[in-house]
Amino acid sequence: MSTLNTQHLRNYPAKPAQVYLYGTCLADSLFPDSGIDAIEFLEQQGVEVIYPQGQTCCGQPAYNSGYQDEAKAVALAQVAQFPKNIPIVIISGSCGGMMRHHYPDLLKDEAGITEFCDRIFEFTEFLVHVLKIKLDDKGEPEKVALHTSCAARREMGVHITGRALIDQLDNVELINHNYESECCGFGGTFSVKHGDISGAMVKDKTKNLVNADVVRFISADWGCMMNINGALEYQKQSLRGEHIASYLLKRTQNHASEQGE
Amino acid sequence: MAAEQFDPNESKYAASARAFRDNVSRDLGNDELRDNFRGAMDYLMDKRTKAFVDGDELETLREQCKLIKQRCLLKLPHLLEQLEENLQANGIQVHWAETITDANDIIAQLITEKNGKTVVKGKSMVSEETALNDYLEERDIECLESDMGEYIVQLANEHPSHIIMPAIHQNKKQVADLFADNIEGFKHTTDVDALIGEGRRVLREKFCNADVGITGVNFAVAETGTLCLVENEGNGRMCTTVPDLHIAITGIEKVVEFLDDVPPLLSLLTRSATGQLISTYFNMISHPRQNDEKDGPQEVHLVLLDNGRSQAFADEELRQTLQCIRCGACMNHCPVYTRIGGHAYGTVYPGPIGKIISPHMLGLEATNNLPTASSLCGACGEVCPVKIPIPKLLLRLRKESVKPANDETTVMKGEGSGRKKIEAVIWQGWSLMHKYALIYNTSMWFATRLRKLMPKKVGVWTSVRTAPKLAPKTLHEKIKARNKTRSAQQQNTIATQNIGGK
Repeated sequence: MSTLNTQHLRNYPAKPAQVYLYGTCLADSLFPDSGIDAIEFLEQQGVEVIYPQGQTCCGQPAYNSGYQDEAKAVALAQVAQFPKNIPIVIISGSCGGMMRHHYPDLLKDEAGITEFCDRIFEFTEFLVHVLKIKLDDKGEPEKVALHTSCAARREMGVHITGRALIDQLDNVELINHNYESECCGFGGTFSVKHGDISGAMVKDKTKNLVNADVVRFISADWGCMMNINGALEYQKQSLRGEHIASYLLKRTQNHASEQGE
Repeated sequence: MAAEQFDPNESKYAASARAFRDNVSRDLGNDELRDNFRGAMDYLMDKRTKAFVDGDELETLREQCKLIKQRCLLKLPHLLEQLEENLQANGIQVHWAETITDANDIIAQLITEKNGKTVVKGKSMVSEETALNDYLEERDIECLESDMGEYIVQLANEHPSHIIMPAIHQNKKQVADLFADNIEGFKHTTDVDALIGEGRRVLREKFCNADVGITGVNFAVAETGTLCLVENEGNGRMCTTVPDLHIAITGIEKVVEFLDDVPPLLSLLTRSATGQLISTYFNMISHPRQNDEKDGPQEVHLVLLDNGRSQAFADEELRQTLQCIRCGACMNHCPVYTRIGGHAYGTVYPGPIGKIISPHMLGLEATNNLPTASSLCGACGEVCPVKIPIPKLLLRLRKESVKPANDETTVMKGEGSGRKKIEAVIWQGWSLMHKYALIYNTSMWFATRLRKLMPKKVGVWTSVRTAPKLAPKTLHEKIKARNKTRSAQQQNTIATQNIGGK
């Protein structure tokens, strides 16, 4: 048995009527449809979704680069956007990790920060532990792989909840790929500062995903997916990653409404 | 011998750590090296997993050992004094070395006093840290590494690429070639047992004739004045029993309070390092040879080295660096270490632990590339047996590296040396843009509209990936539009219902 990191274990609230959505800066500028899909999916579960227009970025890029004052200013601006005492659902694991596990350190002098961090839920975590969701798979049989971001995996336990969701899809077979728990090489500014090492890592990650012989891979983190999909496209591979929110929406909708989009 | 003040900027390790990027390019391009590391790391990760079948037991033990190390570090100055007192009471002499030059001077002096000419050395990363072999060689003292991996590395005129398995970067064919070039009468073979047998034959002779034995220390027990040494090959025992003079050298952080602290730490050490439930040898050195004893050295000395450790100790967060028991598990599980190998780091301690301890030894001027060379994947922190929060400490060192000159909150050597004006300005701009949603949303509006003008090549990113493509409209806009449509629809529905109702 591998080491189980238990820091993500927490008490979960009952299903709320309303939630906030934190879309993340990458989804905002590069992959907005996954944000819309997440909202649709949550609404189908009977949850009203509020998206504060003042949100920007969680501050992780500056924080990870050592510019903590700069990160702090941005983080505080985010906290102010979510005043109601309702869950904040995040569609990216590492941003979730930042807001739940690093804000307490970064903003330790701010009043109410613990309560704010307690309201942070990664999307798949929220579906499994708060909504206790039951999925009805309406898609064709297919084989997929799951990629979980490292921060999400080790800070938030998303590898467990992501897997639990895919496992609920009757017609989907989840294939384990080699070195599944190993980093894809993104790491934010790491991929720029140490591009050679990052490049070697993503080459290996794509090789293992391609060798897994799946039709797509699923992830709940756009940072990793931007990295892996970019490498796959560069290599002219047909395999691509899809955000779990879009994937779940697609699998649980009947075909007609999907076409009507 | 006059003890010159050691300047870390002049050490060979400082120079090679500074060349990190060049080293990385060199070693990433070496396919044989990468295969050697991948194979070895896979093997070690698998062994570790099998040694910890019970996840709950592992977690309990990690917590226990973390607390042991933290307790001992909290009392470090007191425990070091107690250790000195009890070692002296046992007849072991204690020497304090602030710098690596101090340590080398002390050791050279001890050897010269005994007219020593030949030294056999059990594996000691601390003596690697002080570059003791070179130092002694300059004084015509032959120092032979007796750990098989260290012996191979010494023959190859290299330094260790791993703290537990120094020659793990070499495969058996490379070792066979190395032996063929260096050992007279060696019959070329790639049979691992035969290779080790050959190495042992050479070493045996040296053990019998050496004047001095030098070793490291895994745990120094303050309560009893005992030096504990973990090893697998018996060479450590040879070095500590055959020569008349035994000199042990260790970093000050290796002291533990009680003998009872050792068993849990030892159990975690061997399992984390090589997946062994117990090592072949566990030596406890409590005194020099007694009158009624037939073997053992006439004199035993311990050199306690600081070399930047007290700088780490002074800060409560950075102090956690010193919890390290040198098992190497963080390296074995690190995707960066696996790709580039240990030599690329240019430091004595490579891998994740090297990235957080080397800045204390060499200063951040020489090492500010190291903390950034991590994707912060967290694998190191996940496997660390004593729960050192390595990713968190990497973040802390990144912060120390780029801190503004007027910030005087810590006293790290070389703090602020990684700060580049242009980078600082970029982050300030970034912060401003993301602090004010109006600026952010306006910028994003323009960026998405002008997306066709975005460059297809974005530096190093596009050397293995295509450039990210901005969406035609941001999520902010899409949601705004969606909400508008929805409220219009709702209005219509209400209107229709009202009309129908009437």
